[in-house]
Amino acid sequence: MLVIKDLHAKINDKEILKGINLEVKAGEVHAIMGPNGSGKSTLASVLTGRELVEVTQGAITFNGKDLLEMAPEIRAREGIFLSFQYPVEIPGVSMVNFMKAAVNEHRKYRGLEPLTASDFLKLMRERKELVEIDSALTNRSVNEGFSGGEKKKNEIFQMAMLEPKLAILDETDSGLDIDALRVVANGVNKLKRPDNAVIVITHYQRLLDYIVPDYVHILYNGRIVKSAGKELALELEEKGYDWIKNGENA
Amino acid sequence: MVEEQDKILEEVTGSEYKYGFVTNIETETIPKGLNEDVIRMIWEKKGEPDWMLEFRLKAYRHWQTMEMPQWAHLQIPEIDYQDIIYYAAPRQKASPASLDEIDPEIKATFDKLGIPLDEQKVLSGVAVDAVMDSTSVKTTFRETLAEQGIIFCSMSEAIREHPDLVRKYLASVVPVTDNYFAALNSAVFSDGSFCYIPKGVRCPMELSTYFRINASNTGQFERTLIVADDDSYVSYLEGCTAPMRDENQLHAAVVEIVALENAEVKYSTVQNWYPGDKDGKGGIYNFVTKRGICQGKNSKISWTQVETGSAITWKYPSCILLGDNSYGEFYSVAVTNNRQQADTGTKMIHIGKNTRSRIVSKGISAGFSNNSYRGLVKVLKGAENARNFSQCDSLLLGDKCGAHTFPYLEVDNPTAIVEHEATTSKIGEDQIFYCNQRGLSTEDAVGLIINGYAKEVLNKLPMEFAVEAQKLLQISLEGSVG
Repeated sequence: MLVIKDLHAKINDKEILKGINLEVKAGEVHAIMGPNGSGKSTLASVLTGRELVEVTQGAITFNGKDLLEMAPEIRAREGIFLSFQYPVEIPGVSMVNFMKAAVNEHRKYRGLEPLTASDFLKLMRERKELVEIDSALTNRSVNEGFSGGEKKKNEIFQMAMLEPKLAILDETDSGLDIDALRVVANGVNKLKRPDNAVIVITHYQRLLDYIVPDYVHILYNGRIVKSAGKELALELEEKGYDWIKNGENA
Repeated sequence: MVEEQDKILEEVTGSEYKYGFVTNIETETIPKGLNEDVIRMIWEKKGEPDWMLEFRLKAYRHWQTMEMPQWAHLQIPEIDYQDIIYYAAPRQKASPASLDEIDPEIKATFDKLGIPLDEQKVLSGVAVDAVMDSTSVKTTFRETLAEQGIIFCSMSEAIREHPDLVRKYLASVVPVTDNYFAALNSAVFSDGSFCYIPKGVRCPMELSTYFRINASNTGQFERTLIVADDDSYVSYLEGCTAPMRDENQLHAAVVEIVALENAEVKYSTVQNWYPGDKDGKGGIYNFVTKRGICQGKNSKISWTQVETGSAITWKYPSCILLGDNSYGEFYSVAVTNNRQQADTGTKMIHIGKNTRSRIVSKGISAGFSNNSYRGLVKVLKGAENARNFSQCDSLLLGDKCGAHTFPYLEVDNPTAIVEHEATTSKIGEDQIFYCNQRGLSTEDAVGLIINGYAKEVLNKLPMEFAVEAQKLLQISLEGSVG
């Protein structure tokens, strides 16, 4: 589904990613871990097409298509979803309108008619129940005045609405209490299907107790320095990042 | 990143004006220039009574002693008032009795603007007075309204047929000597709408006037007067467009509203005069005086405006809160793009006891434009317990435009509570990206964000207008973000 080859990228002339190679297949869950500043969020930005990152070398294909050639909205319509680390507030724009616009853009891209108002509201109700999000949240403006936990739940709700092929969760666990963490993880797990994939970006092992990865990659200093099964996360938790850092230096 | 955003902004703000076509009709015009003979000519053409000539000449003579106001945050090129045609009318019967008597070209024009003059075709309960250049071409639903005693007609007809009402209220809110443009308007106004809602009547439909400038080298000077008698209610809409021309055209209107006891008047404007091209060539100079008086107790006047057009806008719809417990509102969205300039806001004059006012102004600037809010809240000595709340927000798209806020407060009563809040923000690259990531194009994202920002004001518009206004906001900013 996603193939990243020798990816180099920089922000403001500073090279952040220094040759990433990664393949994600349908049905898989990948965790990307690493200390602050290792390039995790930059990778998410490259995948979603954020302008501030400049790709200097390498290639990314998504379902066989050249991802780097696509505008951010096209990537989204192709099925890439980012659960933002810091979801943005859009005052005055109701969640209903926002999601309706988004869902219908996705449908249009696939050659489908827009949903009728009643079908759309029905879909919203279903997905709200699925991810256990409070009904009141969707009556408010996009993320406006939401608590940290509500914002993250709202990201997962949007994911449920858009049913992406590849979901990237960028530190979705940061700032969540244990109950919210469970809600978010349950939502992600319920949306898991053999034909979609998830990349979980996180500092900590604790989210991975709930969203169990097939592979864990450790990103350090712009490179994936170690890849293994889920046990790697536990090992990392135990030994700390110094273990990796020292390994790099050795 | 900044460069990227600039590129985006430039793309979204470069769109075409949709209403820039010219209707090819025979137009009766008088020679350019302004003097007492011209005023007499207009007076004669309108077949007005003698007192109107006095009214006009008094205004003209006073105007000659005045100078154009310079205090606004605007750069107004010199206007040659002798180079303007003060009267231009489509050649047709003065007050067509039926639709068949209206030039098909005129009908087609209004159809194209989405304002059908045929009552059968009108979607919902909206009565329209259609004004092209200097005259009203058709007022719909007059008979239906007349059944309830509501008078809704062109100003010319009102002067002829309801002289007592007109004489009593005309210039009672905006005196002929009020300001430079109001004096000019009083001297040369050629048409506009008149509306009277009798005691206890709730007007069953939206009343509206659609102003269209068509002829070149002309100015449009219309006059609107709305009188809501005791315990009545009316909602009034105003829309305006003009052809795309390289020359600047002057539009100096006066709107007066009188609300008597317990009366409520809601006045909504969607102003979309031709704003000029990307480089600032052409466009309408929109110098308008709008004022309402809450004369009776418990009366209410509410101004809502969506200002997207005009090269220069100078406009301060105001409320004089004379009656005890009266209430004034001003809700505004003003968009400037390219080289447009707007200096707009309101005045709330609290005179009566327990008078309240609310001001919500949302400015949006893009391109190289300048957008200023100017507002006065004045509480007089006797206005016990007056309350005002003002909120003035500015949103900037790009870094070549300007947003300014000039709030003036004059409070002479210690029991008054006056609150003012102001914010300035830039449309965020992160907001746009967030929308992109959900599959929305940047243009749609900007439209969504802008409409969200302006929502509190748009919600005040009647339903059909709100939808139009939303689209208009998006179109006005097309090319400014991409």
